[in-house]
Amino acid sequence: MVIACQNAAFGYEGNTAVSGLNFTVNSGDYLCVVGENGSGKSTLIKGLLRLKRPQSGSVLTGDGLLPAEIGYLPQQTAAQKDFPASAHEVVLSGRMGARGIAPFYSRRDKSVVDENLRLLGIESLRNRCYRELSGGQQQRVLLARALVATKKLLLLDEPTAGLDPTATADFYELIAKLNRGGLTVIIVSHDITSAVKYASHILHLRKKQLFFGTTADYLNSETGKLFVGGAYSD
Amino acid sequence: MIDLLLEMFSYMFLVRAVVVGLLVSLCAALLGVSLVLKRYSMMGDGLSHVGFGTLAIATAMNAAPLTVSIPIVVAAAFLLLRISENSKIKGDAAIALISTSSLAIGVVVISLTTGMNTDVCNYLFGSILAMSKSDVNLSIALAAVVLALFLLFYNKIFAVTFDENFAKATGVKTGLYNMIIAFLTAITIVLGMRMMGSLLISSLTIFPALTSMRVCKKFKTVTVCSAFVSVICFFIGVVISYVYATPTGASVVIVNIVAFLLFWATNLTIGRIKK
Repeated sequence: MVIACQNAAFGYEGNTAVSGLNFTVNSGDYLCVVGENGSGKSTLIKGLLRLKRPQSGSVLTGDGLLPAEIGYLPQQTAAQKDFPASAHEVVLSGRMGARGIAPFYSRRDKSVVDENLRLLGIESLRNRCYRELSGGQQQRVLLARALVATKKLLLLDEPTAGLDPTATADFYELIAKLNRGGLTVIIVSHDITSAVKYASHILHLRKKQLFFGTTADYLNSETGKLFVGGAYSD
Repeated sequence: MIDLLLEMFSYMFLVRAVVVGLLVSLCAALLGVSLVLKRYSMMGDGLSHVGFGTLAIATAMNAAPLTVSIPIVVAAAFLLLRISENSKIKGDAAIALISTSSLAIGVVVISLTTGMNTDVCNYLFGSILAMSKSDVNLSIALAAVVLALFLLFYNKIFAVTFDENFAKATGVKTGLYNMIIAFLTAITIVLGMRMMGSLLISSLTIFPALTSMRVCKKFKTVTVCSAFVSVICFFIGVVISYVYATPTGASVVIVNIVAFLLFWATNLTIGRIKK
């Protein structure tokens, strides 16, 4: 078990956004969290990252995973779109959490960054300005930043929002490759087609947990049939 | 030109003012990059209005202005930070609320004590004569602290500026670093306020950052460039203010406007050539 929820509920200022969460993610799993807008997906992400405390129940981590060891790929904010920073500066900032109080990056931090830029095939973007990259390139830079932060668990929040179909497909292939390399992946997405294509497990939310299990079971379940069939598509 | 500078710097008060002014413009420019990118540009403005209120109170109490202003403005900075993070009153509204309140309190305190005179004008628009000898020593010490802390926390400041949520999720103490940014901003504003004027001091944080963002592509180059832009603009502004007897704060801002337009035009031209 890498991370798990036991009867967890999360919400804002007394309102519960999502409740009844019971699921376990094991090492090497690829979990896709699906559900409509407002179903509690983003709130769950905040809970898993410990940015938000559960209102009830608990979030457990195992396999020696510290809460700060989750690589996170957040949705982009408007402020980032025109941020003057080189790709290298952005990726390097992923090492900050591991630095603790130490003020400057070590040579090792820089070599980890170079390694991951190579892994994702974006060495050529190293000195380019982040705001001048295409959407797909920006996502790869943010992915590299998440990977230099940790190699244990990767949490992605709507990573393909705003990408064109080719860039989306490339990005999913990249994540699948990393997953085959042993990285545990949790991805939040609208994109049910890609979810069932790549994920090993599905968690379906609508204010509460509608389904959790393997992708094969999901496709045979009532919830899965309805959702994948397009009845809920948005 | 050399003669003019020699003449200027034969006045001790001008030397003091320029030394403090250069240090303050340097600090303001460095912090300004983060403030502008974090969408906190109005914070400096709000804090300088709080500073006006505290100056008025300090004068009424016959106390040393810096010793009264610094703790209150720092407290106001933390308050603004907390409000913009958690409260239902959004950040910009909170800043407007606090800045107009302190302005009003300051004006009432002044009119009850000394009455509305040239002092008020100096508080609002700045005066090069504002710096006494003891002020200068304190200002230099504080500016050195601000610079040292900024350099020490440069990487953390980048991390919380670019993506606070990510930084927090990976274990960076973002609350602490936001407080450090707010603290350093408050000190810088108070130090520069009497020379630049409480209505104009926030321009020192905003202009150099925006100016260098026209041309620079990296956070580091933006930071270094805005430090240079700010220091050079301040110096030219002071010389202009000496030669034409214009108010110092306003002259510095005018030079900053010109620098901004120049960088903007440069960027447009570079863009054209590339196409």
